[in-house]
Amino acid sequence: MMQRNTSKKKIIRKIKQIATYVMVLAVTAYFIFPIFWLIATSFKTRAQAFSTPPLFVWEPTFRNYIDIFLKRQTEIEAITGKELELATGAETFFFNSFLVTSTSILIATFIGTLAAYSFSRYKPTGTNTLMFFILSTRMLPAIVVAIPIYFFYRYIGLYNTYIGLILLYVMFNLPFAVWMMKSFFDEIPKDIEQAAFVDGAKPFKVFSKIALPQVYLGLGATIGFLIINVWNEFLFALLLTEKATRTVPVMIAGTRGEVGINWGLIAAIETLYIFPALILIFILQKYLLRGMTFGTVRGVKQ
Amino acid sequence: MGKNYNRFFPVVLIIPAVALVLFLVVFPLIWALGLSFYSYNALRGQPPVFTGLANYERLLNSLDIWRRFVTTGQFVFLSVLLEFIIGFGLAFLFHSRFKGRQLAITLVTTPLLVAPVAVGIFHRYLFDATFGIYTYFTEMLTGFEVKFLTNYPMLAIILMDVWQWSPFMMLFILAGLEAIPKYMTETALIDKLSITNKFRYVIWPTIKPLVALALLFRTMDAFRTFDTIFTLTGGGPGVSTEVLSITIYRIAFQFFRTGEAAALAFIFLIIIILLTNIYLRLARRE
Repeated sequence: MMQRNTSKKKIIRKIKQIATYVMVLAVTAYFIFPIFWLIATSFKTRAQAFSTPPLFVWEPTFRNYIDIFLKRQTEIEAITGKELELATGAETFFFNSFLVTSTSILIATFIGTLAAYSFSRYKPTGTNTLMFFILSTRMLPAIVVAIPIYFFYRYIGLYNTYIGLILLYVMFNLPFAVWMMKSFFDEIPKDIEQAAFVDGAKPFKVFSKIALPQVYLGLGATIGFLIINVWNEFLFALLLTEKATRTVPVMIAGTRGEVGINWGLIAAIETLYIFPALILIFILQKYLLRGMTFGTVRGVKQ
Repeated sequence: MGKNYNRFFPVVLIIPAVALVLFLVVFPLIWALGLSFYSYNALRGQPPVFTGLANYERLLNSLDIWRRFVTTGQFVFLSVLLEFIIGFGLAFLFHSRFKGRQLAITLVTTPLLVAPVAVGIFHRYLFDATFGIYTYFTEMLTGFEVKFLTNYPMLAIILMDVWQWSPFMMLFILAGLEAIPKYMTETALIDKLSITNKFRYVIWPTIKPLVALALLFRTMDAFRTFDTIFTLTGGGPGVSTEVLSITIYRIAFQFFRTGEAAALAFIFLIIIILLTNIYLRLARRE
């Protein structure tokens, strides 16, 4: 009797386990499918991408990835006989995105880390108010500040310049850098720094030689999220750039109105564009909740 | 901290950051507020004319604007609700231990980092009426040929948002579930608590603050969604998916009625501030 009971329990547990796996597989497939399909489409020719029903098995082509970086290539469209400009010249936009992202992150991380350290360790007068004020900018819709900034930029000549875009991204990402880095500084013990002070170390040395090395991982995570933030930013790039300074998202969005666009090519550009995100999701996984909440929710160890 | 430091050191460290953030927030907001009291069309090149509250009056009396509010409300409410339900389910699913759990969580959360523009543009392809794979799947499952982007554009933008942001809800709720102290679940097991009671007395109290926070963040972010909707439908067809952020964009940068756009942006901002406060108050009372 006893025996049969335990074996019954075992079977139930087995069924539960299988059910869990089936469900996990189903939901994972659902969330990963569009990305999979995007990458799959990037290996399709124009005709294959336009096939109905969609092709699940096809001979992959790498043509799209070559085409991305070809300049001024034209093709006579088969149906209308119109000359289509296929050339993307995308390397310019990738270069712009890269330049703007790396520079603004460098500055934002530097300034943000200094402030975060000060807020965490010295707590100067008004720390709480300032920190709350900085946090409140997370709620600020970009479109609200976009209107004045657009006219201001045109007025002082920052419109369509790298410096203008970089400056804007520095400002927009500082709040995140400050809050994230503060949350990491708050976590490390103060004893060593205090000991160093007793030994007569200079404050900046204490910061750079003792405190900072302890938060390198956090610094890395902060930079990771900043990369995503800046790399993905669209509205300001759309409003403040023209051809010479345009970044990748603006270029991708520009394909929206076109009829009969080459989806294979677009998919290839998008695949390259979201590639950093696909890598960073693995690296940042541990800090995901923290990054999404400005470091206010720490999450639990997994 | 030791007293062995320059009094100005901490202040010097924060000055650049605070100055830049102040510049970013205060200066444009004041400028926008000022603009909202003027009749100004950037295309006409005439100097702005002070009209007081005329912009606000016109906006709040405009039936079209109220319709945009309804559109936005529909989008926000339905998206966040679905994301909450799905996120809840996902969290409970991933709360159990199984092989490959970490990898599955990572894959499920991938949409969170993918650029909104890429999401929007690619969903155009997925939802395409003739060769879109979502259309194909829908026809396979239901037998109906559903033209998402022409006939059900609202559904399309909601589905897209749900795809991208349900994992966000999951992260919060999962963190709550993982934070439930072991002794509590064990006590619940020993006391043979029914599932509903276990949920009420053990699970809910722990996850409640995180659920509130998740809803707060999601509502705010859904409310100001721009990139994905702009690239998927552009607010259309017609104005069927024109949420407020797109309305502001169009008034400001397509019609260049700058003063009016600034006024609408301010109304938008006030709603966000109100929502934040309501939520924070609720969260604090709990």
